[in-house]
Amino acid sequence: MNYIPNTDADRQAMLRTIGVQSTADLFRDVPEQRRFPKLNLPPALSEMEVLQELGARGDENDDLGRLSCFLGAGAYNHFVPTVVDFLLHRSEFFTAYTPYQPEISQGTLQAHFEYQSMICALTGMEVSNVSHYDGGTALAEAVIMALQVSRGKRCKVILSPTVNPQYREVIHTYIQGMCLQTAGEGLLETAPGVGLNAAQGGPNGNLLDSLAGLLDRESACVIVQNPDFFGRLYSPAEMQLLADKAHAAGALFVVSVDPISLGLFVPPGQYGADIVTGEGQPMGNPLSFGGPYLGFFTMKSGEVRKSAGRIVGQTVDSDGRRGFVLTLSTREQHIRREKASSNICSNEALNALAAAIYMAAMGKYGLRTVAELSFHKAHYAADLIGRVDGYQVMSAAPFFKEFVVRCPRPVEDINRILLANYGIVGGYDLGRSFPGLSGHMLVCVTELNSRADIELLAEALGEIAEMDAESEVAGD
Amino acid sequence: MTEPLIYEICQAGRRAVSLPECDVPTTELPEGCERTDLPLPEVAEVDLVRHYVRLSQMNFGIDSGFYPLGSCTMKYNPKVNEVAARLPGYALLHPLQPEDSTQGAMALIYDLQEMLAEIAGFAAVTLQPAAGAHGELTGVLIMRNYLHDRGDTQRNVILVPDSAHGTNPATTSMAGFKVVEVGSDRRGNVDLEKLRDLLAQHGPNLIGMMLTNPNTLGLFDEHIEEVLRLVHEAGGLVYGDGANFNAILGIVKPGELGFDIMHFNLHKTFSTPHGGGGPGSGAVGVSAILADYLPGPVVAVNDEPAAECEPQEFCYRWHTPARSIGRVKAFYGNFGILVRAYTYIRMHGAEGLRAISENAVLNANYLQARLAGAYPIPHGDRICMHEFVAQGTLDGAPGIRTIDIAKRLMDFDMHPPTVYFPLIVTEALMIEPTETESKETMDAFVDVMLRIAEEARTNPELLLGAPHHAPVNRLDEVKAAKDLVLCYAPGC
Repeated sequence: MNYIPNTDADRQAMLRTIGVQSTADLFRDVPEQRRFPKLNLPPALSEMEVLQELGARGDENDDLGRLSCFLGAGAYNHFVPTVVDFLLHRSEFFTAYTPYQPEISQGTLQAHFEYQSMICALTGMEVSNVSHYDGGTALAEAVIMALQVSRGKRCKVILSPTVNPQYREVIHTYIQGMCLQTAGEGLLETAPGVGLNAAQGGPNGNLLDSLAGLLDRESACVIVQNPDFFGRLYSPAEMQLLADKAHAAGALFVVSVDPISLGLFVPPGQYGADIVTGEGQPMGNPLSFGGPYLGFFTMKSGEVRKSAGRIVGQTVDSDGRRGFVLTLSTREQHIRREKASSNICSNEALNALAAAIYMAAMGKYGLRTVAELSFHKAHYAADLIGRVDGYQVMSAAPFFKEFVVRCPRPVEDINRILLANYGIVGGYDLGRSFPGLSGHMLVCVTELNSRADIELLAEALGEIAEMDAESEVAGD
Repeated sequence: MTEPLIYEICQAGRRAVSLPECDVPTTELPEGCERTDLPLPEVAEVDLVRHYVRLSQMNFGIDSGFYPLGSCTMKYNPKVNEVAARLPGYALLHPLQPEDSTQGAMALIYDLQEMLAEIAGFAAVTLQPAAGAHGELTGVLIMRNYLHDRGDTQRNVILVPDSAHGTNPATTSMAGFKVVEVGSDRRGNVDLEKLRDLLAQHGPNLIGMMLTNPNTLGLFDEHIEEVLRLVHEAGGLVYGDGANFNAILGIVKPGELGFDIMHFNLHKTFSTPHGGGGPGSGAVGVSAILADYLPGPVVAVNDEPAAECEPQEFCYRWHTPARSIGRVKAFYGNFGILVRAYTYIRMHGAEGLRAISENAVLNANYLQARLAGAYPIPHGDRICMHEFVAQGTLDGAPGIRTIDIAKRLMDFDMHPPTVYFPLIVTEALMIEPTETESKETMDAFVDVMLRIAEEARTNPELLLGAPHHAPVNRLDEVKAAKDLVLCYAPGC
């Protein structure tokens, strides 16, 4: 199957117009001995066959449509209202290119202007771009912007160890060729009294104080995630204190945030953040095995010209009617080339549209409700699991929808049994990212988890703690 | 035609979603954390739907009409791709699920890695980068790490032709290197004389070269093997910008030509939709010496068949290459885009892929031949590949510029070509029809272009005032950049 409309007769007529004998003649600039190589690919399939093959392959996966899910750790199973994907199917949106010709791209441009407006409303910030690739790359771009705000002079990045470990890896990859060095990631393991307990708000230390202690005149920014990777929610007062210390040292305060949490809690724009980024997937985008997602990126307006990524601005047409265009493009690679603020070109425009439709559909009432349901259900789950013999909930401080549980057996084993015997996708095995936290599970609860799901999880965990190796996987 | 902003149609108390009651005991919110104001819109579902449907009607996509946007490969996006990516077995998978619960998805990733490696002649492929520029950064960091491991830590120069996409020099800077521009010769190739001079000057400091081939003039470099040989002799690596890969599927493998590394734009060549600017996918292929440097994880497969992996014959597992440059993104790439590209390749097979490029190149040469004479085409004496560059400078129409021709095209329900790029052609009109357009569609485009050329001479006001039938007239971009309005008041 192909999508080529021209017939052999069309091709013959076109070849005559061009003045060559055959299509092969069009490739004479290609070195002859390399021309027309054999491609060793499986044979072509019809549409019917490809759908059958893809369906069969898809069925080999245990998808969340058939399971209850308590896994988060950076990708979240939230409800997507029907209307979101229905509107994304408008092919005027999804088959358009970047809106370089604004007069016939007002749909994309206005929708993205509205996206910027709603993201600013949600985060409490003043300017938003139209997205980065994901939450991790948005945070890496924040680091680069902080360096540029310091005119390339401040080369230290204070990075909280409780920022999503994959985001921290992305930052390290991005900054390889720059002057930047990170500090702070070792605090979780090394600082006296500062371990998971402290990160969770325990009595022996305060992680934000330790981060503030690293500030100096070389520091470009301090980066904190709130709620952090372990689900812990820092209060606006604690965050404002760190913001003030960062500003006193001349550094930017950067916060990575779960957008759903902002349905309920004070946004970073109200506690001193200069840049707020995050993973926008929870807003209207399916989990889709890790992508495509979108990284949102917002800032205070002062340094917008140092930022990266596309931005839509309002203007007027020659009749004075309101319209929208891509603006501030003199920051971007197609104009500035090697002096651009970033190399980003394609972004996650359609995912930003999904997030915009989600925010508009949820609105003031809906987003708060989703956040409340997640909060209450997560706390109910923590309460139940905390009563199960052998398990200990480590999250003492306020948390939003994720919390840490110390388990009596390896998390990998527990998750295998949960999936096979109970149809449950268990929480994240923290030992995969934090060697000191093997045996700890990060449990995530959202509005999609019913009370019955939560009670089954607690019951299952209890049974698994009791199981001996022989009886683990029923009927397998 | 204008549409109010979503904030301008909202009314307190309206709702577009229904959510369940809380079925668990509630917990008191932590003190001092609750937000008091959430300035999001409040609309009814019907109003929400009409708002976005009306916005869509103010947009132009491939499904709306001809979209010959050079360098962007705006081919038809098969609808089966959309169904495939939304199958629950793909759309409803959490990226951190246990490996044995996602073997089907991992098999798809593995097969796509292998198929792309085969199509472009590389040893290994990562699907993690999310866009072309992201792939470029990945590629340049791989070059950097490889050369550093070889002990060549002094190397810091990347050669970039003057015809290159802006992402190439921007990527080079982002990776911490110096850009040195290489000129083009009269036939639109890399200027070999200048290249030799620059290599003599920068050889010991050379990381390598970023090269788009076919280049942004739509031309296959006539000395490509010589260019590659010279850069390699100077100790550098050659990065291929795969933006124009649609011209050479089954025609030539860049890896066999000697490219060390290349990114694919799955959202161009392999028909995944552009989505109004993204998501894309910038998969990267590398030669054997660079395979250990790919960002992890990639999908690997065990050597022996294993019973526990049924119904798959082999077990698929995540693998981070030994000398990986590190992650460039959370998780594994834009998986939903990968499913679409996989679907497209499976439906074409080897012969189908070659037919794509043959027809894309045939269509471009047909348009070039038909427009020759009416519009200047600086390299019109050469056979072009999938695109060509004309100019909007018309004899007898001194006040008309490319932008005016572009805006006038909109009045005929056609998307303009890429304008003012590449930078080395003044008043450039970069035209890429793709293989999915019929002769009739292209003939209709030629008729309109000839008519516009005539109007430019006889009635230039028609062009200068265009568009006349678009949702809005020409927009004031200077005002937008000067009087910044970047969001609507409630959130600002």
